[in-house]
Amino acid sequence: MADTSSARAQILGGIRKALGSAEGSDEARKRLAVHPRNLVPARAQLPQDQQVDLFVAMATEVAATVERLPALGDVPRAVAEYLAGLNLPAEIRVAPDAALDAIPWNERPTLTVSKGRARDSDGASVTGAFAGVAETGSLMLLSGAERPTTLNFLPDTHIVVLTRSQVVGTMEDAWDRLRGLGVAGTMPRTVNFITGPSRTGDIEMRIELGAHGPRRLHILLVED
Amino acid sequence: MAEKHPAPRVGLFVTCLVDLFRPTVGFAAVKLLEDAGCTVEVPSAQTCCGQPAFNSGDRRTAQELARNTIAAFEGFDYVVVPSGSCGGQIKKHYPELLADDPAWAARAQRLSARTYELVSFLADVLGMTDTGARYDGTVTYHDSCSGLRELGVKEQPRRLLASVEGLTLNELPGAEVCCGFGGTFCVKYPDVSNRMVEAKTADIQGTQADTLLAGDMGCLLNMAGKLKREGSAIRVRHVAEVLAGVTDTPPIGEKA
Amino acid sequence: MQPTTHAFPENARKALSDERLQKVLAIAPAGFVNRRKQAADRLPEFEALRDQGRDLKNHVLANLDTYLEAFEAKVTGQGGHVHWCRTDQEARDAILGICRAANAKTVTKGKSMVSEEIGINDYLEANGLTPIETDLGEYIIQLRHEPPSHIIAPAFHLSKKDVEGTFRQAHTDLPPDRVLDDPKVLIAEARTVLRRKFQQADVGITGANLMIAETGSTVIVTNEGNGDLTQILPRVHVVIASIEKIVPTLEDAALVLRLLARSATGQEASAYTTFSTGPRRPGDLDGPEEFHVVLLDNGRSALLGTEFQEVLRCIRCGACMNHCPVYGAVGGHAYGWVYPGPIGSVMQPALLGVKEAGHLPNASTFCGRCEAVCPMRIPLPKMMRHWREKEFEQGLQPAAMRKGLGLWAWFARRPALYHAATRMAVRALGALGRGKGRFAKLPLAQGWTQYRDMPAPEGKTFQQMWAEKKGKR
Repeated sequence: MADTSSARAQILGGIRKALGSAEGSDEARKRLAVHPRNLVPARAQLPQDQQVDLFVAMATEVAATVERLPALGDVPRAVAEYLAGLNLPAEIRVAPDAALDAIPWNERPTLTVSKGRARDSDGASVTGAFAGVAETGSLMLLSGAERPTTLNFLPDTHIVVLTRSQVVGTMEDAWDRLRGLGVAGTMPRTVNFITGPSRTGDIEMRIELGAHGPRRLHILLVED
Repeated sequence: MAEKHPAPRVGLFVTCLVDLFRPTVGFAAVKLLEDAGCTVEVPSAQTCCGQPAFNSGDRRTAQELARNTIAAFEGFDYVVVPSGSCGGQIKKHYPELLADDPAWAARAQRLSARTYELVSFLADVLGMTDTGARYDGTVTYHDSCSGLRELGVKEQPRRLLASVEGLTLNELPGAEVCCGFGGTFCVKYPDVSNRMVEAKTADIQGTQADTLLAGDMGCLLNMAGKLKREGSAIRVRHVAEVLAGVTDTPPIGEKA
Repeated sequence: MQPTTHAFPENARKALSDERLQKVLAIAPAGFVNRRKQAADRLPEFEALRDQGRDLKNHVLANLDTYLEAFEAKVTGQGGHVHWCRTDQEARDAILGICRAANAKTVTKGKSMVSEEIGINDYLEANGLTPIETDLGEYIIQLRHEPPSHIIAPAFHLSKKDVEGTFRQAHTDLPPDRVLDDPKVLIAEARTVLRRKFQQADVGITGANLMIAETGSTVIVTNEGNGDLTQILPRVHVVIASIEKIVPTLEDAALVLRLLARSATGQEASAYTTFSTGPRRPGDLDGPEEFHVVLLDNGRSALLGTEFQEVLRCIRCGACMNHCPVYGAVGGHAYGWVYPGPIGSVMQPALLGVKEAGHLPNASTFCGRCEAVCPMRIPLPKMMRHWREKEFEQGLQPAAMRKGLGLWAWFARRPALYHAATRMAVRALGALGRGKGRFAKLPLAQGWTQYRDMPAPEGKTFQQMWAEKKGKR
């Protein structure tokens, strides 16, 4: 690999010369350590049940579909009916996520279930989520050994199981939860905020769904 | 206010284009100010605000002309300009131009604080609500860029026009979009400027108005010139003429 | 890409006579304008967020060295690599070196203006690699060998018919009888073709809307999902980003993101906002094995401490061009290089020099609409004026204009002479024009009278009439 250390020295040197300081700033180092919030819009600063309603409204606005379920036990039926309603094959690729282990897939034997990262042939995936962000109706998904990112992008249909308590107000709230995991300073390789299905306006400014990523984003919002 | 306080002393900054092309606007401004209880003076030491030099990158000349204007207008309670563009130059750009000049920075600030575009001065400072004027016609109004975005002139002309008897205002779609004048821009890039003014006159024609008003002579000359070239019968006037009821001179670009 | 910025007037004329382009320009920017306005109106805090965005980026620029070093430490601490590049050539070489080390043949690319700036596609191609743009608009214009005409809607100058023609030419296995007259079908066609490319690719290159010093993350914002497939399928993920894209923390990213999507497309949030941090972790089932950040300066650090520093606040949303009447008249290609619109009129002289790009800061009416919508409150007209000052200092402006303005200024500095001269000029012009009230032709004013009449003056100056009136009083 090419040595870029002289470029590094010259770029940083040039910046310091222009700024008139070679010390770096304590103010900056403090900001990194404290990570203060900026202005956070009032929209999503609500009691949690209203945040859930806002999440549903915002997600629906961006062409995601949301179904509310009483319990994880209802997921297999909901998935099967959702796929059948669209005349899609009853086959799903599921994230090998411990959080989804409680889903009784075997109660729905007509549903073909496999687990792992997405393959090109997979038509529908089922994943969990880390959070739902009410302000924008976004889902927040983290990569990890049990959560391959390809499931979020390769299949035509992405079904996400989100529990009610996972809904937070804002992106800042979600960062707080992530920091609370105790993996301080270490982000997962990929953090996806997904707001509705894939879309493009690149041909004559007409918005069409399903450009490269999923055409359909279906959210199963489960009580917990 | 005229009863309680001595009449405010107003210095009128005429602007080059009004001075040269349309003295009527200057007299309309004087009438509006005097009717509202001001004493108006027109310092003869004034020439150009310096904006053409400023916008051409000739900062030194712009600074010299700024000093000239500042000196000419010291001592007035207010300085009023029948143009958002020249008004913006004095109010927004003089302080910036002379910020590093210890002898002039404070004087530039003082002038800036006392300088107003005409229509917003009438409405916001003098609190005028009724002009008592009459104009029989359907007008549309173009928001000149500097007045709108540098000085916040938007509602004031509309409020005052609403008080003019016999006048109907048809809003101009895209009223906030530049007409393509831009000072030297219109002669440096005539093709681009033409495309812009063409779009503007199309919008003006679409309003079905018989009169086009605006608050800046540059834009008015541009739009009137295009409308006349297109053979349009739409009359073009500075908004001050209508507000003052001074409409005996022919509209801009038309013969007596 | 060889700039044609010096030929702006000719480029503009060509664009103005391009009917197809004019049809698009009559509609498309207005669509962006309306959507931005709706989004801004819907968020009561939008203007306050703009203030904070401005302040944040000012803070970042004042501490750029600290944040870049912090970012680098985080990236390398998580197994990634940072390549510092002073120039476009260094960046091209760094990327080529990464591709060579990976034995790459096919390289997929997400949308990145910096990659256009360094001309990476041509360079990789010349060195035997196959770079493939995966953003639909970028893919279309890559097939057509055209530069983007808009920073977020690169192919918005094309009709679906144009796209159909492009696909028929490039996708040689397309049956001639396959109907392709619907954007949906065209998108499906591109999706199928590009899926194969995503799977083949050895290296994926994306840009970065943001870099985060706190975590060493890079962030991309897309709607299609192509940027994600570009970085999770190949073995190697390369991020090309310019140094000013850095923000301190995740909270700061949230602030910028609230401004970005609204200003760009009028969305509350783009479909995909992706934070990428280092290579895949032990046990991960997918994701890249290598993570490289190519950090480009290319003249930016030289703007720090100058009158152009504030342009480095730009987050590349495109709102300035959507609202620009000049862009709306001529479109993006007339600007002759990578960055069109008001931001281009400030950036391109910085990157290409005033000699090449001097037209752009002049081709503005200073209407101020760009500044009025810029989420980072960059005073774009003021900076264009600073470029004009540079040109003036270097004597680069046309002689006729310099002379004309010089003469005007000479008189304007001498009020008595000025009033005498203007009185004479106005009397002569007024007498000539009295018949019609306007001139269809005037010597020395061809630029004006070519397209419009010149209204005649009334015949006396205001100063003259005022003095006469005062005399009578």
